Amino acid sequence: MVVQFDILRKEKKAEKQYTQSIRYEYENPNESVANALRQINRRQERKDIKGNPVSVIKWECSCLQKKCGACAMLINGKPGLACDARLAAYKTETIRLAPLRKFPVVEDLIVDRSILYENLKEMEAWLAGQPELREQGYEAAYEGSRCLQCGCCLEICPNFYAGGNFFGMASMVPVARILEELNENDRKSLIKEYKKHIYSGCGKSLACRNICPAQIDIEGLLLNSNALSVWKAGLRRHGGV
Amino acid sequence: MEKINIIGAGLAGLSAAITLAEGGYESNLISLQYSERAQSVLAEGGINAALDTMGEGDTVNEHYEDTMKGGGMLANPVAVRRLTKNAPDTVLWLKSLGVPFYQENGTIILRNFGGQKKKRTAYAKSSTGKVIMNALIDGARKYEKKGLIRRYPHHEFIKLLLSKPADGQKICRGVQIKDRYSDSILKLYGIVILASGGMNGVFPGMTTGTTQNSGEVTATIFAQGVALSNLEMLQYHPTTIGISGKRCLVTEAARGEGGRLYVVRNGRPWYFMEEKYPVLKNLMPRDIVSREMYLTVREKECEQQVYLDMTGLKDKVWEHKLSDLRNEILYYRKLDPKNTPIPVEPGIHYFMGGIHTDEYHRTNIDGVYAAGECTSLYHGANRLGGNSMLGAVYGGKTAAMHIMKNAEEKGHDFAEKTKEESMESYRAESMESLGEESMEAPAEASEEFVSALGNILYDGLGIVRNEGRLKFAMGKVSQLEAACHNDREKNRILLAKAMLNSAIIRKESRGAHYREDYPDRQDEYYRKITLARYEEQQLEVDFVQIQGDPGISSE
Repeated sequence: MVVQFDILRKEKKAEKQYTQSIRYEYENPNESVANALRQINRRQERKDIKGNPVSVIKWECSCLQKKCGACAMLINGKPGLACDARLAAYKTETIRLAPLRKFPVVEDLIVDRSILYENLKEMEAWLAGQPELREQGYEAAYEGSRCLQCGCCLEICPNFYAGGNFFGMASMVPVARILEELNENDRKSLIKEYKKHIYSGCGKSLACRNICPAQIDIEGLLLNSNALSVWKAGLRRHGGV
Repeated sequence: MEKINIIGAGLAGLSAAITLAEGGYESNLISLQYSERAQSVLAEGGINAALDTMGEGDTVNEHYEDTMKGGGMLANPVAVRRLTKNAPDTVLWLKSLGVPFYQENGTIILRNFGGQKKKRTAYAKSSTGKVIMNALIDGARKYEKKGLIRRYPHHEFIKLLLSKPADGQKICRGVQIKDRYSDSILKLYGIVILASGGMNGVFPGMTTGTTQNSGEVTATIFAQGVALSNLEMLQYHPTTIGISGKRCLVTEAARGEGGRLYVVRNGRPWYFMEEKYPVLKNLMPRDIVSREMYLTVREKECEQQVYLDMTGLKDKVWEHKLSDLRNEILYYRKLDPKNTPIPVEPGIHYFMGGIHTDEYHRTNIDGVYAAGECTSLYHGANRLGGNSMLGAVYGGKTAAMHIMKNAEEKGHDFAEKTKEESMESYRAESMESLGEESMEAPAEASEEFVSALGNILYDGLGIVRNEGRLKFAMGKVSQLEAACHNDREKNRILLAKAMLNSAIIRKESRGAHYREDYPDRQDEYYRKITLARYEEQQLEVDFVQIQGDPGISSE
């Protein structure tokens, strides 16, 4: 089988991006975009379809099994993990690879996703007291532990932009775990941050839900955290629960 | 005191950084990528501690004995005593950081794991590593904001900054690192904790690990004089499946929950582990299971594929304990393990050997510590399932505690003085004895070279070894050495030779090291550490005594 990759590239410190087309033959029906990139980079001589030399393609990669989020990129325009993208699943003869657009491009397919870390720091997303994990909260705490911080949900989100006030689901998911584990008193300041950076900015398009490579139950966590932050606490204060 | 420089932001590195921060000490957390990309997130099954919550009367002593015996009595007994004694507190520390271990009525539930008769493994479905990492990342964030932990993500380790004063012993003054995004090179002064993970990149594409655990750090520091030990001890995990570009682990919990291994013999399934080992059956230590698989498929009338049969597991087990595993197998194999046995093969999974340390995680060079999978300390000749995360978390913590204790003993003045003087004294010393430090990043080893070297080593260091194959591999490595282009390639050759030499001189079979030409264990000669050193341009691999009395018979 054969496929052509159109890869959007950029040299470090250069301004301009450019596209290079590379032909790739493969046999394994389960071959992934990630492995194809590795094989191309292993070639002694890399050439594009016109015969021009191609330098090593820079991209981030680590686990190769959908568990670390390193290799997030745009594949035919859709954000996803390169290790989760099977070549055979694409009906097109060409597969376009490009860096995520919502983050600064470092080089080729590598983007600087440090905004994800900065946002969580800004929200002071950590346990401010001893965890009190109730049995019915276990599934939410587990689910909230699964975020890869890959950035795919932010890429697809109509409301998120780097530096904006809305931090998106990549912040909501880890915060959901922490909210679940804190008692009512200890979670007050995090609730304030939650309302400011997540609840008020989410347009509920839930594009994130379908795009998440870890298939995290974003909707469930969002409902849970919204309930904890927005109405349950108040209800309890007034003796309603 | 200067900041402590931690190389690697996985379990061991995060554990060290948080422990230091809890004690008010500052650290630099240096890693190629953010913690979410660390190999620790792949750890599945769980973490061991004799919490004895299952009414089986488990004890610390049994955890100690299982670890020592499972490791072929080759681990440091003093260190393993401390590890197992502190395991319950380590797991409770993780719980206090918010790790959602599976619990009932607030009690941590434990499960069975290989090489252990009692339930001792705390878990969160089959993603225990991920949930522990997540809680540690959140825990570290608090100290990042306070400035006690400073992250250097996308930074690459280049080398240790060593100086050699008149008394002749090398001292570490810090590290040189490179920002992969900006290409700038930095020197950070202070004590170093290496937490750089296993040497997966020595066997590219042939292990269950990540591409980022390249082995580069271990190869570099070895060439700089840090001693390594037990390099011949590679763990082949019995149950892996090949996926695009690597091997994917099928957690031991699959067998802990009742999964059975079989081969087809004369047209019928033969549950060979159950027949050969009636007590622990499919849960024998990993080295034994892998070797039995290797030998069984070569027996007469047996087909050449081993299957893992999980069809007898209850719905509740799939739902609460192994849901992620089932999804994974469905995704990669298009098979539902609930209904169909799945084909599995052994694959390289863990490096018991690595940087040689004492029980405080000190290496042979003053100012350099090591913790986590890069270290050789707790697991001897074979690691028990559930002990790797324990070793990483406790190891990082222990290194940090020792650094703080030392600093406090020496007093505040000393620490302040060191801070002011170290840079100057380092410069003076280094120029005297080790030459001016280059501010150029070294050239990388080519992928082609790394791949060629990996294939040679894989042939020599398989599940079953013999002198002929090992020496043949050594010859090939020497040939490849002639084609070396740069220092990093040379360092890899050095590490490869040390690995092969370790396997050649251990003329016995113990744990993961099985020699068909010497199939018996020889405690009298070989219950010793294989120590590899590189000094004065000379590679030496030799046996040294294990310090401390294990206090149990080795049988």
